[in-house]
Amino acid sequence: MFNFPDSPAAVSAALSDHHYLTDDGLSTVVYLAITMQRPLFLEGDAGVGKTELAKVLAAWTGGELIRLQCYEGIDASQALYEWDYTRQLLHLRTAEASGRAESDSQAVEDELYSERFLIRRPLLQAIDYAGEHRPVLLIDEVDRADDEFEAFLLEILSDHTVTIPELGTFGGDKPPLVVVTSNRTRDVHDALKRRCLYHWVDHPDLEREVKIIRLKAPEVDADLARQVALAVKAMRGMGLYKPPGVAETIDWSTALGKLGESALTEETISATLGTVLKYREDQERVSSQGIEVIMAAAANG
Amino acid sequence: MDETLTNGLRSSPARIAVSFGRILRGLGLEVPVSRVTSFIEALGLLGLHERDSVYWAGRATLISDPEEVGAYNRAFEVFWEQKRPSGIEVELPPISVSLAVDTEDGTGDIPDASDDHAGPTLQLRYSPTETLREKDFAECSDRELDELRRLMSGLRFASSLRPSRRRLPSKYQTRTPDMRRTLRSALAMGGEPIVRKFLQKDRRPRRLVLLIDVSGSMEPYARALIRFAHATVVGRTRVEAFAIGTRLTRITRELSSRDPDAALRAASQAVNDWSGGTRLGATLREFNDLWGLRGMARGAIVVFLSDGWDRGEPEMLGEQMQRLHRVSHRQVWVNPLKHTPGYAPLARGMAAALPHTDDFIEGHSFESLERLAEAVSA
Repeated sequence: MFNFPDSPAAVSAALSDHHYLTDDGLSTVVYLAITMQRPLFLEGDAGVGKTELAKVLAAWTGGELIRLQCYEGIDASQALYEWDYTRQLLHLRTAEASGRAESDSQAVEDELYSERFLIRRPLLQAIDYAGEHRPVLLIDEVDRADDEFEAFLLEILSDHTVTIPELGTFGGDKPPLVVVTSNRTRDVHDALKRRCLYHWVDHPDLEREVKIIRLKAPEVDADLARQVALAVKAMRGMGLYKPPGVAETIDWSTALGKLGESALTEETISATLGTVLKYREDQERVSSQGIEVIMAAAANG
Repeated sequence: MDETLTNGLRSSPARIAVSFGRILRGLGLEVPVSRVTSFIEALGLLGLHERDSVYWAGRATLISDPEEVGAYNRAFEVFWEQKRPSGIEVELPPISVSLAVDTEDGTGDIPDASDDHAGPTLQLRYSPTETLREKDFAECSDRELDELRRLMSGLRFASSLRPSRRRLPSKYQTRTPDMRRTLRSALAMGGEPIVRKFLQKDRRPRRLVLLIDVSGSMEPYARALIRFAHATVVGRTRVEAFAIGTRLTRITRELSSRDPDAALRAASQAVNDWSGGTRLGATLREFNDLWGLRGMARGAIVVFLSDGWDRGEPEMLGEQMQRLHRVSHRQVWVNPLKHTPGYAPLARGMAAALPHTDDFIEGHSFESLERLAEAVSA
């Protein structure tokens, strides 16, 4: 059974039980989001663990994770609800064939707009949730959706109810724990941010990154973990197109662990570079001038 | 309680939070009351006895932009830890400056960056094109104007979009069904319309109407703006152009000709023959009566180029601007005098027109024309 945490430290402890290490800032914000029942707005570079946090929150609170992936052109019918048109059509044809359509036309018509033909999309699922625990609603990469969709989200997030004209009002008693993430490809409107608690998720500092590697890739020994963390830190300072995030660090460490390496060498770096750097230009840049730099950085630790 | 948080002893948390919010506002951050109330709520949960929780409670509730963190940190230090703002001293590393000069063929010669300086190297770049971009059109030589003309022909943009009456097939579900395509796909499924198709509204660029003052002092700017209009024609925007000032002359047709300069010269010739001086209000009324309100300016972006010196009645200019504003989408006034230091729109005509202007832009140089392009496509 999930108990409300009584301090940020309790949040931090609980999340690290679920293999997610937070810093003071993040655990305070998560604590506030849970106790103040406010949406949590996370911004940061790709791969710093924004989406992962929502997953871990769901695992911790025992609520179901309901995910809404945003994309350009997303609208209410994909986010909230939709009528299952094809099945409605099928229902009508069946009624026609069995003769019910003539004898009982009013009932057939009423059935068309019943819960049976309602497709619940993530927002409606989260707002009108039947399960025991509060679900965790993850609205992922909201910066990819259009401005109009933000306005629509605003309405849903502020009252947690939805009215479907044919059926009535849904939701209310168990507001979901909402996590909104953004990669900051464009600025999200202030009105939306204002309703949320805001946190900028940064790359972890060295010590925390080492711990994260040890936690997520247990087969990597402490020395190698430190070397990897130092190397990644050096790469982040090289002005690459896509500086590696924690996700890439973990991938890289796992790869090195699977290969049974115990230290970073030039050969192992160039063999496994594809797990950290996903742009050809970045790889070329690092291999042409950077491997020595990275080796030096790793050795200095 | 932490010694540095002594502020909290005499007043309530709410009072403290409100004054902290005011400090942030003083630093130029936007802190609405709703944020301050969230901050108070958060403080109520976390208490005031730990520096870090107060810090993070404020960061989560009061700001929402990584760019604001610096200002927040400064305000936090001053307010909660009572550090004197002047006491913070940052030692700056030495910065070495290197100068790269653009050569004729445009490839800059960049000195080797791996010098033995410890500090970062600041690259300064000198390029004749760069300075030309900011130079006042009136001060340009003929050669420079030619160069600018070349630059301007590279300018491509379209005016902002408006919904059109035409409809296009849509990928998404909209309110308008596409009967024809729905029926066609139904044919493949035994006549059952299982897959529904939809239409969406097409969007087209808005019309751009240029009203150009061709009195003597404005001539170099007028020529530049006409070139600018050419660029919009290339960007598939519908453009109408008029010379205003003493009387209204439509120069749209000439705009599509090979030499728009000649058209302008002819228009300003007519002005020089005329002795009365600029009468913006009267010519604008003529435009409104004959063209603008009849339809040309409806939903259009209207760009005025003038210094706003009006020999006629300024009330009339204000009134006509207002009339036009009711039908136009956006009115942009380009005044090359605006960039002069200490300029205030005191010319009576300018003062009368300003309330009916959405954007007020300098327009004296190539760079400010780029700003005009932004305003038009916004």
